[in-house]
Amino acid sequence: MAQDGPTGLERFINGILPENPVYRQVLGMCPTLAVTGNMKAAMTMSAAVAFVLICANIMTSLIRDLLRPHLRILVFTLTIAAFVTVADRALAAYLPEMSKELGPYVPLIIVNCIIICRCEVCASKQRVLIAASDAMGQSMGFALALASIATIREILGTGAWFGVPVMGTWWPEWGIMVLPPGAFITLGALLGVANWLGTMRSGKAATGEK
Amino acid sequence: MKDSYIGQAWLVLLLALAFGGMLAGVQASLSGRIEENKRRETYDQIPSLVVIRDRRTGKVATRADAAKTVEVVTDQGKVAYHAFSSYGKPVGWVIKGAGQGFADRIELLVGLNDDATKILGMYVLDQKETPALGDKIRGEDFRDRFRDRFTKEPLVARPVVTDASAGNKIQAVVGATISSRSVCDIVNAAVADFKPWLAAYQAKGADERPGGEED
Repeated sequence: MAQDGPTGLERFINGILPENPVYRQVLGMCPTLAVTGNMKAAMTMSAAVAFVLICANIMTSLIRDLLRPHLRILVFTLTIAAFVTVADRALAAYLPEMSKELGPYVPLIIVNCIIICRCEVCASKQRVLIAASDAMGQSMGFALALASIATIREILGTGAWFGVPVMGTWWPEWGIMVLPPGAFITLGALLGVANWLGTMRSGKAATGEK
Repeated sequence: MKDSYIGQAWLVLLLALAFGGMLAGVQASLSGRIEENKRRETYDQIPSLVVIRDRRTGKVATRADAAKTVEVVTDQGKVAYHAFSSYGKPVGWVIKGAGQGFADRIELLVGLNDDATKILGMYVLDQKETPALGDKIRGEDFRDRFRDRFTKEPLVARPVVTDASAGNKIQAVVGATISSRSVCDIVNAAVADFKPWLAAYQAKGADERPGGEED
């Protein structure tokens, strides 16, 4: 059987860096900006998104032959909403403090573009294994992006990482970094770095080809 | 048949049924734990919700002791928390209220004095209002606006209140008037439900209490 597009492993690797949902596709900006004030919230959100993305991709792939083109978005939304509700209830039951901290951002995963995009681009056209690999790669990429932003914001803003002091008492704690402006500043700076690295890589590749 | 509505939408209907069943199972298995979390949170909040302050100085005169709190089931099957001081003196009540907010259901706790004539505190137990706007109803700044308000008249949220500490007008959160109104309506409804039961409960005395049993 001829391979249609990248393999599962390639899709997994692509999701982490080359097609990183935050730095390369600029998707899922709402949780990226809103819940990266500290690592605990960022990692909880990453885990919730990973659960929903993997389950939605697998489910969509399983029913891909039954999908009607004009009803597919409805099916994706229904599927995603069901798994988001499971994640929301599980957080409320097992991590109540975190559930309160994340507040409406957990239900808002329903409208997270990363998930609906992967259902549309990959899961509705690919076998289950490939769809699952794609979801895992994108989830990993999303988690890495959130972790990078949250690390900078939490350390500069509070002098701690995962709530554990790492900077000592001399650090003045830049409060702005844990506030909304800090999210925009950090994301902008990291997006700039990611674009610069991408340009450097493509420049090197072009020179090599010549 | 293939082009009929059912022919086109059977998958959506089937998935809706399947997901509905799955969510019912999740809710059934987790609701006990979620309710227990809320109960624990309620007990954590009782000392800050039922606080009697000195009129002149504003300093705390008596504070409820969560360990001495007694759960009472009202005639509507709701649970009210009768709060006592550490010396065993009745200080007030904590009741639950719930209703529709701007985005979703809001659940809150209302601290009342012992005869439910005055609100001593308010705490938002659960909400999913708009981030950075409606969710400011959780903030201490907004919650403090309910403190020491009398329950004789229903509270009303207004965008602009000239004398914020007087009367029944609550200064709404800027940009979240509907969420603020919802909170006022939920508080009013919870208090209105509770007061008649409390009047009967206190009139009958400890031996023969209407529709109520202390755990």
